[in-house]
This record gives sequence, C-alpha cells and structure tokens, in this order.
Amino acid sequence: MRIVVLLKAVPVVGNERLGAGFRLDRSALEANGSDEYVLEAALKLTEAGGGEVSVLSMGPAGATEAMRKALAMGAARGYLVSDPGLAGSCTLATGQVLAAALQRLGFDLVLAGADSSDGQGGVVAAAVATRLRLPYLSYAAAIEPGLDGASVRVRRISSSGFDVLEAPLPAVVMGTQLLGEPRYPTLRGIMQARGKEIVTWTLADLDIDPALVGEAAATTTVTEALPPPPRAGAVVVREPAAAAAERVAEFLVARRLI
Amino acid sequence: MSVRLTEEQDAIRQAVAELADARIAPRAAEIDASGEFPADVVELLARHDVFALGFPVQHGGLGADLLTHCLAIEEVSRVCATSGLIVAVQALAALPLHIAGSEAQRARWFPGMARGDVLGAFALTEPAAGSDPAGIRTRAVRDGDGWRIDGGKRFISQGSVADVVAVFAVTDPEASRHRNLSCFLVESASPGFAVSRLEHKMGIRGSPTAELTFDGVHVTDDRLVGEVGEGFRIAMKTLERSRPGIAAQAVGISQGAVDASVRYARERVQFGVPIGELQMVQAMLADMATQTEAARQLLYTACQEIEGGADDAARWAAMCKLFAGDTAMAVTTDAVQVFGGYGYVSDYPVERMMRDAKITQLYEGTQQIQRLVIARSLLSAQA
Repeated sequence: MRIVVLLKAVPVVGNERLGAGFRLDRSALEANGSDEYVLEAALKLTEAGGGEVSVLSMGPAGATEAMRKALAMGAARGYLVSDPGLAGSCTLATGQVLAAALQRLGFDLVLAGADSSDGQGGVVAAAVATRLRLPYLSYAAAIEPGLDGASVRVRRISSSGFDVLEAPLPAVVMGTQLLGEPRYPTLRGIMQARGKEIVTWTLADLDIDPALVGEAAATTTVTEALPPPPRAGAVVVREPAAAAAERVAEFLVARRLI
Repeated sequence: MSVRLTEEQDAIRQAVAELADARIAPRAAEIDASGEFPADVVELLARHDVFALGFPVQHGGLGADLLTHCLAIEEVSRVCATSGLIVAVQALAALPLHIAGSEAQRARWFPGMARGDVLGAFALTEPAAGSDPAGIRTRAVRDGDGWRIDGGKRFISQGSVADVVAVFAVTDPEASRHRNLSCFLVESASPGFAVSRLEHKMGIRGSPTAELTFDGVHVTDDRLVGEVGEGFRIAMKTLERSRPGIAAQAVGISQGAVDASVRYARERVQFGVPIGELQMVQAMLADMATQTEAARQLLYTACQEIEGGADDAARWAAMCKLFAGDTAMAVTTDAVQVFGGYGYVSDYPVERMMRDAKITQLYEGTQQIQRLVIARSLLSAQA
C-alpha cells in the first residue's frame, strides 16, 4: 500500500511566537505531534502488509528538518511544497496545494493527524479529501486494511464508543492519538535517514496559479490574537480521602460532569 | 570552523540521551554498588545499535563519525560512567582493525562486534609497561602456521568478559622500540588464555579490569593485524581515536555532576532559602558549567580535526583528554562540595561521579603522558 502522511512542521511546542500580522514565527520547527501518531500507524500498516510511506508537507524550507525525523522513524521519502508565494495561505489554499501534490504523487491512502499544535484548525485533511473527491474517514482510533485488499477500515470514536467505517481506496483518513504512541527514531533509522530524499516542489512545479494562494488570496483573516487568560485559581481539596472524594464528586455534580 | 552539531548528530545525541535517562540511569547506583558487569546494559546498548554506531555500514555498522560516536559515550556516561566505558571499550578494541586490519579481518569481526554479540578488549598495558610501552615483555614467536604468545597484560578493561582481545606483543626483541611490537587478535576461548586476577577499583566499578595471562596461546597468521613490527604504530594511532572517547566519558561525567548539583541547589534549603540562592554556591555552579562546556567544545573540535585528517591529530586527542579529565575531576569534586555532607554518602550520585572521574585522568595515558605528547608536538613543530 502506498501511504502518504500529511506532516506539518510547527513551531517548537512551548516556543510559539507571533510575528507581524499575527503570522507565527516559523524559524524553529518540529514535526506536529498529532502527525507523528498517524505516521506511526502508517509505518505499522506497511510493516504488516508491505508498501511504502512518504511524508508530504507544505511549509518553509526549514520544514525539511522536521521531516527528517519522519524519515528517521521509517518513512521512505519526503515531499515538501515550499514557495515564497505560499506564505499566509489559508487552510482552503493549503488543502488545494496538498491535493495537487497528492495527485502528482499517487497513493492508496492519505493519513493526517487530528489537528496541528499551532493553528488547530483541524480542517485541512477534510479539505484535501473534498478537493480530491475521496472518502474521508475522521477521528480514527484504529486503521486496518479491508479484507478485499482494496479498502480501508477504521474505528471512529463516537459518543457511545466506536463506529466501524469502511471505504474503498484511495481514501483520506484523519487519525487520533488513540492510534498509539509514535516510535522513537532508532540510531539506525537516524543514520539511514541521511540517504533518503526530500523532494521540494514550488508552485510552478505543481502548476498552481500563485493568484489562488498566499496571503492576498486568503479566505480568512486573523483579526485578533490574544494570549490565553491565566488559569483561574485551582480548588485544592486537602481533606482525608473519603471526605475529599465527596468534595470532588460534589464539584463534578454541580457542573453536570457526572 | 564551527562545532555546531549537524541535525543527524543532534538526533543521535537525543536518542541516546533518552535511552540513557530511561534505562541506564536507574541502574547506575546498583552497578556501582555491586561491581558487577551489567549484562542487561550490554544487551540494551546492542539492541539499540549504540555499539554499531562507529562500525562501517558494509559490516553491519552505522558508519557514524568520531564526534557522533563520542556524543553517544558522553550521553551514556552522563548517567553511568561504567556504561559509557562499555561503549568506548568496544570501539577501542576494534580500532586496530579499522587502522590496519585486512578486509577479510574486518568482515570476520566487525559484524559481531557491531551487533554486540562479540565483545572486545584492548591489551597494551603490562605490569612493567604502563606509560612506557618499551617495557612490554609479552612475546609472540613464530610457531608453524602462526604464532605462539606468552606473557601477560594488566589493567585490561573488560578483559575478563571479552570474546576477542587485541594484544600487543614483542615479535622482534632486537628491533627498535617503535618496530619491535606486533598486534594480534586473541580469542579468549583459546587454550592458554586465562584471566588471572580482577582489580578492586575506586570507580567504574561495573567494568571489570582484568589481568590476563597467555601461556603458549597459539594464534593463526590471519590474527596478525597489520604487518609484523607495526604494533607500536597501530597502538599510537588507536590512541588518537580512542582518547576522545575517554574525553567524552569525562565530559559526560561532568555534565551529570552539574545537572545533579543544579537540581540539589534548587531543592536544598538552608538559612531559609534554597542554597542555589546563595552566591558562593552560585559561583560554584557557574564555574562547573563553564568548565564542562569548555571541555565539551574542545572535545568536539578535536573530533572534527581528527576526523578531518589533521596532521596533529595526536595532539588534539591528548589535549581533549587532558582537559576533559581534569575538568571532570574538578567539577565532580565541587559537586560533592555543593551537596555538603550528603555529597559524601552514596544516597546521592555525586560521590560515585567523583570516584568515576578519577580514572579519566589515568587511563589511555595519564595526564602526564598527555602533556608529554602535547609538548613534544609543539616543540617538534617549531624545529
């Protein structure tokens, strides 16, 4: 199975800084945590059933460093769409660019993480599936090949447990962290990543009209950005266990949480 | 020139650091207390390809450069000097083959050593030949299709657990001291090979230091490494690449001591404040961290110079080992001071680090020998 994992290079978590025009400072990047979970699932699928995993990213040139970790984990190669004209693109444009890159690549399955640690829009995978007119299976907690070898089956988290969904390939699956912890790159993986290729494509390489992407064409604008408010004072219960349990229960009941 | 790590080196450092923190750090005190060679750590290092790092790719290794290999030793030594030494010794034992071995010898030994299935040791030192290899008495004489080795070696790190030992023996007593030695690979299973004694040591207590005796040990000709009479050159070339490993061990020990001291200074309250708020303690921490960083940067530069084929590789190797060893001793001594009375007892790791640090001033050439190498290099360069 040819699997392409969408991987976003995000600002190092905890060091996010906003620059001019509410643009995130993307000078120090790392692989988006949620994407590493679906990469792990992709690697397990190909290890069990054969095939190859590629990672696809859109971002600045520095994104290759974040992609290198994916190669060290076991992805075979990386593709980065990078072009000055892409700066400030909205999620719709991002979906369009990734869809164009995916059409160029060819694939059986596209995997994407549930959200990114920076923008947290959580819509790019759906946008890609829509653009490509492919089945979109979201919030997967488990991914397995269908029995016929031409479909994919996922367990989707629902309010009452799991839904089991199946779709013909090719398809787009958005996965959650329930897929399982991503592996650490092994020393062998890190050293072998050196010999793996990261192909960089520009807008021209993908025949994308620059007028359709970037800040000028963005369908959304950020009007304000604020740091999160400081957390309200926590309630600390310091009574003996039995009494403390009652306090906690009362607290939760009052908020209709149990 | 820059000593910023490459992305790959940084990734290797981080991967080894995580492994060391999660799996080796919790074992360090126990390894020191029991003095037992930690087979579980050997298995861990093997499984995670730490041994494989410096071996060539075509022989099952990862083809890492000297600096990357040293980063691994540093990160392991940061939590456990004994375990760091295990990585260093495995590489040390293979160096004669890297330097002078035939392709057939490398193909025969490297894959097993890279996997960690075959452990190695390096045997140059003898009771009468420490700093001065001219005192070597171990003899190898022609014996049919091979060689017969008689004699003994002292202070051989991991000599009692090694499967194969690189042994330096006199093959021509009449030749000059630079031409009288040859290097042989001796399997510990050979008849006549015996471990005659294990040392009780101050530090690196989990790494067995053995006295070996060879009583008519027969080795075939394919166990001769390099040419007859090339032993001295092989030994000196080996030390050029192994001394940075000891410097890396020393830097790791220093960093471990800095980390432990900073943690303690934040927690320990005296006079109503954490002792880290007291300026005399702050000054010690600042000096410890600065010295450690200076040693590290010298080590990294030395690695790049040696890897780059510098003419004065021997000097770089001696300088980084000298400076890092002295730094480790000074920094760990100060770490014990930061801990006060608690630093002197084994409930905290710094007394172990101080005992472990001492060996880095002694082995692979004492600090006095390093200074000799450096001074000779300086004086000969100006001639």
